[in-house]
Amino acid sequence: MSPALKKTPLYELHCELGAKLTEFAGYEMPVHYSLGILGEHQHTRTKAGLFDVSHMGQVILRGRSYQETAHALERAIPMDVLSLDVGRQRYGFLTTSKGGILDDLMFSNRGDHIFVVLNAACKVSDIVHLRTLLEPDISIEEIKDRALIALQGPASEAVLSEFNSQISTMKFMDVETLSIAGTECWVSRSGYTGEDGFEISIPASAAELVTKSILSKEEVEFIGLGARDSLRLEAGLCLYGHDINEATTPVEAALAWAIQKARRTNGKRAGGFMGSEVIAQQLEDGTDKKRVGFLPQTRAPMREGIEIFATETSKKVVGKITSGGFSPSLGYPIAMGYIFSEFANSEDNLFGELRGKRIPVKVAKIPFVPLNFKR
Amino acid sequence: MKFTEEHEWLRTEGDIVVVGITEHASTQLGDVVFVELPEEGTTVSKDDEIVVIESVKAASDILAPLDGEIIEINGVLSDEPSKVNEDPMGDAWFFKMKPSNPSQVEDYMTEDEYNQLIS
Repeated sequence: MSPALKKTPLYELHCELGAKLTEFAGYEMPVHYSLGILGEHQHTRTKAGLFDVSHMGQVILRGRSYQETAHALERAIPMDVLSLDVGRQRYGFLTTSKGGILDDLMFSNRGDHIFVVLNAACKVSDIVHLRTLLEPDISIEEIKDRALIALQGPASEAVLSEFNSQISTMKFMDVETLSIAGTECWVSRSGYTGEDGFEISIPASAAELVTKSILSKEEVEFIGLGARDSLRLEAGLCLYGHDINEATTPVEAALAWAIQKARRTNGKRAGGFMGSEVIAQQLEDGTDKKRVGFLPQTRAPMREGIEIFATETSKKVVGKITSGGFSPSLGYPIAMGYIFSEFANSEDNLFGELRGKRIPVKVAKIPFVPLNFKR
Repeated sequence: MKFTEEHEWLRTEGDIVVVGITEHASTQLGDVVFVELPEEGTTVSKDDEIVVIESVKAASDILAPLDGEIIEINGVLSDEPSKVNEDPMGDAWFFKMKPSNPSQVEDYMTEDEYNQLIS
């Protein structure tokens, strides 16, 4: 493994627990532990899985007031930042001048500042982008001395409540500063698995202590990036760089739900963000292609890059898979990707070309499994 | 029993060779969720990609270790791919072939040589 790879504050613990490691976004990260990807996936769906996501970017945006910071951030993202209540979080994305997606993110109103969580692979360029758009009025501070972990699954609330009883008063997308195992943690009730759960930002110096304390609970297992990917795919959640990127717009990606009314045409603060004309036009007119789910009709998984055709013999590519694999919860393959909008509601067999053979595939609703958020 | 660098094992039974993947390979692959086998009666050349194994993580190919004809496939694996993880050296054999040039088997490693390769 290259010595240049970065390590999270939990690296030693991963090694101690026998993780199989891989390079991800410049970090040496666990793919799976002794349970294996299938076992870890099932464990998260039935009990509680703990993930190290410390490679993700944690950033604090701070102006003279929340309002000033929110106004400024609205230049970079098409979300209603201003009306977000204190202690609440929203999903969002940075857009390009052409309406593409530069990265997707979570942001929260922390009273006097905005806390943002960014994808690991994009965080450096995101911060440069934010500085260009927001400085000098808003300070942008990357928090490098905190780890980030996620506890996901139906037992998450019960487990974390043993450390702090206030946990059970939180609802989906609430954010609070709470003491866990004697450590001040920034806790949000959110995640990337489709299950109820929490993301917990911890000072790096206490990361191992807090992580070990949570891991010591019987219901909790450490989960690697392998199961993180299969869990988010079942939940229909996008992976940046695969399902969304600079060449896909939020409307094409079926993420228009994340653009609140205030930022749309005739809204109180319509437009004014990067690519707003393109996105407003697409909200009005629709798009040529659309992100959908796919269900391959045989047991063969269809992975990223597989091209979709309308018939068994037609030459014209009408869609493409951007994420796909075996669904451990369902026991058969699932996928998502883009399709020309005229096929987005098709109930007919389409065909994916797999190793030179056309295999039937149907357009499917996402998510593939019910979402168990505590709203 | 002989072993290939591609982590297959070959067991000669009379004039037939049974082929599977090693315990080491099955561990490295992780949970196998799909196996695509060749058709019985197919004539293959050494190094042809004739089996696809998909784990949760990724797809891998298995190469024909010898020239010859596929005379039997282990159809159970299509319905129960997880057998590849449970019993790779036994019940989860992939195919039986009749080699056209049986001496090719001798080119492969002994168990000791293979164990050195993976250690």
